[in-house]
Amino acid sequence: MAAVTPLLLLLLLSSAPSFSSGSRNAYNINGRVKIPQGLGLGTKGYALPGRMSNVKVLLNGGQNITFLRPDGYFSFHNIPAGTHLIEVSAIGYFFSPVRVDVSARNPGKVQAALTENRKGLSELVLEPLREEQYYEIREPFSIMSLLKSPMGLMVGFMLAVAFLMPKLVENMDPEEMRRAQEEMRSQGVPSLSSLLPGGAMN
Amino acid sequence: MAIRSFLILFILFFFSSLNPILSLYEDQVGLVDWHQQYLGKVKQAVFHTHKTGRKRVVVSTEENVVALLDLRQGEIFWRHVLGSNDVIDGIDIALGKYVITLSSGGSILRAWNLPDGQMVWESSLRGPKHSKSLLLVPTNLKIEKDNIVIIFSNGRLNAVSCIDGEVLWEKDFEGESLEVQQVIQPPGSNLIYVVGFASSSLFEMYQINALNGELLKHESAAFSGGFLGEVSPVFSETVVALDSTGLILLTVSFQNGMISFQQTPISNLVKDSFGPAKIIPSSVTGIFAIKMNAVTIVIRVTDENKLEVVEKTNHETSISDALPVSEGQQAFALVQRAGPEIHLRVKLAHNWDDNLLKESVKMDQHRGLVHKIYINNYIRTDKSYGFRALIVMEDHSLLLLQQGEIVWSREDGLASIIDVTTSELPVERDGVSVAKVEHNLFEWLKGHMLKLKGTLMLASPQDIAAIQSMRLKNSEKSKMTRDHNGFRKLLIVLTRAGKLFALHTGDGHIVWSYLLQSLQKSKVCQHPIGLNLYKWQVPHHHAMDENPSVLVIGKCGPSSDAPGALSFVDTYTGKELSSLSLVHSVAQVIPLPYTDSTEQRLHLLIDADKHAHLYPKTPEAISIFERELSNIYWYSVEDDNGIIKGHALRGKCTGEVADEVCFDTRELWSIVFPSESEKIIATVTRKLNEVVHTQAKVIADQEVMYKYISRNLLFVATVALKGSGEIGSVTPEESWLVAYLIDTVTGRILHRVTHHGSQGPVHAVFSENWVVYHYFNLKAHRYEMSVIEIYDQSRADNKDVWKLVLGKHNLTSPISLYSRPDVITKSQSYFFTHSVKTIAVTSTTKGITSKQLLIGTIGDQVLALDKRFLDPRRTVNPTQAEKEEGIIPLTDSLPIIPQSYVTHALRVEGLRGIITVPAKLESTTLVFAHGVDLFFTQLAPSRTYDSLTDDFNYALLLITIVALVAAISLTWTLSERKELQENWR
Repeated sequence: MAAVTPLLLLLLLSSAPSFSSGSRNAYNINGRVKIPQGLGLGTKGYALPGRMSNVKVLLNGGQNITFLRPDGYFSFHNIPAGTHLIEVSAIGYFFSPVRVDVSARNPGKVQAALTENRKGLSELVLEPLREEQYYEIREPFSIMSLLKSPMGLMVGFMLAVAFLMPKLVENMDPEEMRRAQEEMRSQGVPSLSSLLPGGAMN
Repeated sequence: MAIRSFLILFILFFFSSLNPILSLYEDQVGLVDWHQQYLGKVKQAVFHTHKTGRKRVVVSTEENVVALLDLRQGEIFWRHVLGSNDVIDGIDIALGKYVITLSSGGSILRAWNLPDGQMVWESSLRGPKHSKSLLLVPTNLKIEKDNIVIIFSNGRLNAVSCIDGEVLWEKDFEGESLEVQQVIQPPGSNLIYVVGFASSSLFEMYQINALNGELLKHESAAFSGGFLGEVSPVFSETVVALDSTGLILLTVSFQNGMISFQQTPISNLVKDSFGPAKIIPSSVTGIFAIKMNAVTIVIRVTDENKLEVVEKTNHETSISDALPVSEGQQAFALVQRAGPEIHLRVKLAHNWDDNLLKESVKMDQHRGLVHKIYINNYIRTDKSYGFRALIVMEDHSLLLLQQGEIVWSREDGLASIIDVTTSELPVERDGVSVAKVEHNLFEWLKGHMLKLKGTLMLASPQDIAAIQSMRLKNSEKSKMTRDHNGFRKLLIVLTRAGKLFALHTGDGHIVWSYLLQSLQKSKVCQHPIGLNLYKWQVPHHHAMDENPSVLVIGKCGPSSDAPGALSFVDTYTGKELSSLSLVHSVAQVIPLPYTDSTEQRLHLLIDADKHAHLYPKTPEAISIFERELSNIYWYSVEDDNGIIKGHALRGKCTGEVADEVCFDTRELWSIVFPSESEKIIATVTRKLNEVVHTQAKVIADQEVMYKYISRNLLFVATVALKGSGEIGSVTPEESWLVAYLIDTVTGRILHRVTHHGSQGPVHAVFSENWVVYHYFNLKAHRYEMSVIEIYDQSRADNKDVWKLVLGKHNLTSPISLYSRPDVITKSQSYFFTHSVKTIAVTSTTKGITSKQLLIGTIGDQVLALDKRFLDPRRTVNPTQAEKEEGIIPLTDSLPIIPQSYVTHALRVEGLRGIITVPAKLESTTLVFAHGVDLFFTQLAPSRTYDSLTDDFNYALLLITIVALVAAISLTWTLSERKELQENWR
């Protein structure tokens, strides 16, 4: 992970003049989404600038949707007091939803916390918890992977039978081997050579 | 023993080497999936063609999309989908580099950077009251080098700086009953006129200095006849309005602050009257149009405010906005449909008699009428003006016309899909010719050699490109015949425009499209609405020669007692077989599990008066139906009253006109939820066509549990009345959510669970014997997903093998829902990070493959989540036996694994629904997600255990076999030689 430069950002939770004739006050929620440059190293080497334009910020499950300004700031207007949920949708990054309390009693006071890990935020700066890699990474070609494939195993098994088995046989006591051969002959077990065409001629 | 262990090792190796992918490699994108981007029906378009660079057009649509399109090919440069309650009121281009959008009833103004779509600024506009929203971007109005945007919304006039969105000045129009109709900015002046009506008979005019918002003049004049509808500006200081009867045209002039009315009865202009008229506003100087029933009349206003009819036509006519051409002249276009062609005329505003351009363009009948037209000019090589026209058709498609040709077209109707069903493709009948096979074999081998080179890393970059294009262009997948695995199908979709499309699952191309006449606006039916699609005829056993067909159900108008309309469409040819206008309404449609001898499925339509109507109306169908009369039950949900009712049939309709297919119904039971504490927010049942492989579930220690599988289970979620609003509007103490499982035959509540401190929205999915639902937990302030599994206890004693052998089990005893069910439920809840738009579950042909939940997240992605994560038997420390069974240790939240997003790095913007269809291959299911975008892919929830993957390398297999044969012959000759030598010894 690249170093994240600490950026002093402000969260303004300003009370705004009442919107309609309704008695409820309406507030604005302002914040910032920050995607640290260099976090994108795993994918493309750099975070594409165009990507910022595809980030959406959603309030309360899509009740309000807003977009980011070039500097990453966003704002929701005319929000009633209460506890709200802000989600950030950005392809390639995982953001935790944020719980934001908009208080009617003391406007300007903000309480925000990540719901995933219950971490409190002193200011509404949202950063991705991690990057999301949507594709499996193809492992580079290796002899092992070829050997591990069914075909490789078949060849390996055959080779083992063809070359290791005779070795095993060779290491046996010649006496014992002769006895085993006798036994096999008497039982009439066909040898490999007799199975093959031409083998029966012997 | 050693051999055995070796064998086990071998098998293990074998399986581990089979591709363990649930997810994709990046180079596999587009192999089985496709993604299509749409916009929706265009409601406004602004051209950007001033510079010599790219020719572009900005559009806003009814799906709340703002997008920049390439004018040459119609491709999307960028696109933003605004929220569903952030409806776009107007768009324009300012400073030549910003796209300005006004949305949310005129309260949000945004500027987007034209080349890349980055939002530049956003401002929130407020006002004293609700009103019409108008956006005006004057080109020549400057305050200190800053262009301004004039917005009238919510009863307030705002001037906003183009550069940073600051409000420069604002002016309220507080008048109690004032309804502002138009804001006019005469070109070349610093004045703004705001005109409107007050108390229905007063015409008000305000003259405002555009530079500082100062009110210069305010005049009002009464007109006893009152006003109706909209006004159309004809000159910068003259508007045209209609009186309240809609029979007299008023020319209102407010030159020099003096308001004067001039009345012209429409009957003076046209001889035969057609009833009340409606003004179609246009921005063309001196021209406006009125519409009376189906007749469109174009009227010219002369300099002395005299009205003159210039055209009267029965054809639906669309008029474009004014396009300034040289020397202060304006051009505009008129377009009409006549038979197979559309006629386009471009005229100068002050010269009606001559046409600048007159073209006829051949147009597909199934695009319907022309709804909108936008024109733009370009300078030809001979310095004369040429015109291009962007037209929006009745089926919501967008086309660019130039020089009498269709340059490009976009099927934007596909952005608003109402319902989806599938149909099989025809069976391949003709044998494949031998020559073709040989050619294919060679190609096939060549392809696999290339692939082998790829795996061995021997391929050059050209080879890699060739491999990739070969994989993507696999012609097999877009063939028009049925395939062995059942991957190729037709997706039949019904769009809001009343058009049916058949999309091929292979590559998503449109096979046919059909504009349903029954869902088009007509004299009888002013506001037709498409409702549902059903499979009407699925020939398989004894009707193989018939083509499959679908049933399209629509109704006339939004009210519940509006008469319905049916259409039957052949899915192979895309032709309408027949259509019916019903006399009764359609409140509910029940596809019955019975088919007649031609494989037509019986459907029961319930109308608003609770009568049931059977379709098809054949004697055969009636006789089948009467046999099953007592076995048909259904339920209805009345959300507003909080009542769920169960119904059954009583017999033929009595009293009314003798109708063979009409049946009376009776109410069996009803569940009334206390209206002061519970409100129904979600009801879900199992999919009708779902297949369950086995009722038994073997759990750890060889125990068996029996799933309670009933087609008649209904999941209902209710919330406290206070908690039915948005998140953040209630405290956890005053909100709760109750989930019910109800048997819809008897009305018995099988299970009830309360989640305190929780609220909606609830999204749920019901499959086999379980239901999974997603809701918001206010205490933790996180979303939660809960699972309820229901098991049948009455069969629990069947575990004994001896009982089974001796036949003392009750497995074959008939199940009646009237007998008291002995069920137990198991449930568990987990946290889930995201908001959810929709949930679906995978379905396979035989139901053997394990299930995955497909979760459409708020970010418009589709996440596949294994059902095993939502197993109520998960514990913190599963025993060894449970681990072997596949139980995952308990965690408090559900994992989000990025690789299991089935949409990978794509978004299905405006996601609305996910449909899963089983393929013929048991392991595979087809997934179709639709919203503004369409996305299709194949999924294998338990991996493709029954077929080789596409990645399987046949060349490697061949080489292995060759190598083995070579090795065998080599060792054989070696052993021969050895034997010979031994014999010589």
